[in-house]
Amino acid sequence: MKNIAIIFKRELASYFATPVAYVFIVIFLVLSGALTFHIGAFFERGQADLAPFFNFHPWLYLFLVPAISMRLWAEERKSGNIELLLTLPISMIEAVIGKFLAAWLFTAIALFLTFPLWITVNYLGSPDNGVIFAAYIGSLLMAGGFLAIGACISATTKNQVIAFIISVVICFAFLLSGFSIVLDFFRGWAPQYVVDAIASLSFLTHFSSISKGVIDLRDIVYFASLIAVWLYANAVVIEMKKAS
Amino acid sequence: MIEIENLVKKFGPFTAVDGISFKVEAGQVLGFLGPNGAGKSTTMKMITGFLAPTSGKISVCGHAVNGDARAAKRQMGYLPEGAPAYGEMTPAQFLQFIADVRGLSGSHRTERIATVIEQLHLDRVINQPIETLSKGFKRRVGLAQAILHDPKVLIMDEPTDGLDPNQKHEVRELIKGMAQDKIVVISTHILSEVDAVCTRAIIITNGRIVADETPQELIARSPSGKLDDVFREITLAEHLS
Ligand SMILES: Nc1ncnc2c1ncn2[C@@H]1O[C@H](COP(=O)(O)OP(=O)(O)OP(=O)(O)O)[C@@H](O)[C@H]1O
Ligand SMILES: [Mg+2]
Repeated sequence: MKNIAIIFKRELASYFATPVAYVFIVIFLVLSGALTFHIGAFFERGQADLAPFFNFHPWLYLFLVPAISMRLWAEERKSGNIELLLTLPISMIEAVIGKFLAAWLFTAIALFLTFPLWITVNYLGSPDNGVIFAAYIGSLLMAGGFLAIGACISATTKNQVIAFIISVVICFAFLLSGFSIVLDFFRGWAPQYVVDAIASLSFLTHFSSISKGVIDLRDIVYFASLIAVWLYANAVVIEMKKAS
Repeated sequence: MIEIENLVKKFGPFTAVDGISFKVEAGQVLGFLGPNGAGKSTTMKMITGFLAPTSGKISVCGHAVNGDARAAKRQMGYLPEGAPAYGEMTPAQFLQFIADVRGLSGSHRTERIATVIEQLHLDRVINQPIETLSKGFKRRVGLAQAILHDPKVLIMDEPTDGLDPNQKHEVRELIKGMAQDKIVVISTHILSEVDAVCTRAIIITNGRIVADETPQELIARSPSGKLDDVFREITLAEHLS
């Protein structure tokens, strides 16, 4: 536990020691604002909610989260720091969790900085703040899912660009599996339970139900187990790849 | 005490370390010598628990490295080849991080950090990001990190590589000064260093030990009295056979 906190602290500080943190936060805020107001027609809809804002989160995360996660392990391997890290009296799983949590808290900070939007919508009308709160929780859980995938992929290569591209592709698959086009393709021939299984793997399915204001235990279990599985895979991949 | 028994490391079909066994007692400074690619770094990576051996046993102060890794790692300070460190951190931040991991606290912590900064003359660069330091200073940060918790066992891969002559001298004195109650294992290509600091030398070629004796005994093997000649003779003979 203490070791996780030590790794966490060092990692989080490293985001802010380089321009990475500021660039990421600015781009996240600008993009989420632009998408909400221009494409999401926040004002024109005339509704006091943040649906147009949250609707874009899966697509924002698709590109922005791999940009955060790509360096997690790829850089550690490339610089040789991994040899230092893993010969300190810290277990692999502590290192994996510490790094993941730092990246997750970092995305949480970026997400938190969108609060002026929440204030605006309360100023303009009287939204259901419970729904908005649930959507924030859902968004954060989804970001955690993307990050866990990205962290694992980042451990497979020393090249951050490759880590980025592969992470985007895998995250895209996790998003798409909830789309009706994809599901229709399976519906023609696959049994219903296969279709349901594919749909239930999707980030979108779980995120959209939470963002409607229903924090269902199943959705939370989904994201928690997704994160756990990918982080476990992360540790296994490092163990296999660290020598090379 | 470090005990190594029949250590083997294969990378695919290639055998980098091929059945190495030795023991090191406290008070010894062991020098690993051998041509490039002999398997020195690979052996050190296995002792420090970074790489898992293909077969064989390693125990450090009674802790099996592939059993109770954490206990073994606590006893060791390690300077990996190339002295990696987090480039965006300053030496001050980096040493604080290592002190956290090593569980140092209170006045002991402050005192240890101050001591290693002084021993490795880091005060001038203490607040400069490590990635902007010269090669020799990076190496000194790596050394400081390795000795910070005053470990019983010190494993250092080419500790004086890239240091200026004055620093080389100081680091050798530092190693000698610490050696009384510790186990020190260093690898080096500087043969005069072996004579200057090591109480024992192991020459490795192609992953096997081809000589294990004191530097003086090695020197005595050569009519010219030069360690270089002995080294060449032993390692080339092995190469041809
Ligand atoms: N991850 C790896 N995959 C494949 N081969 C490896 C790997 N690591 C080391 N080797 C090989 O193992 C052999 C021993 O390497 P090692 O780094 O231990 O040599 P060394 O004695 O430290 O050499 P040097 O004096 O150049 O530092 C080399 O032939 C090297 O190419
Ligand atoms: Mg080496």
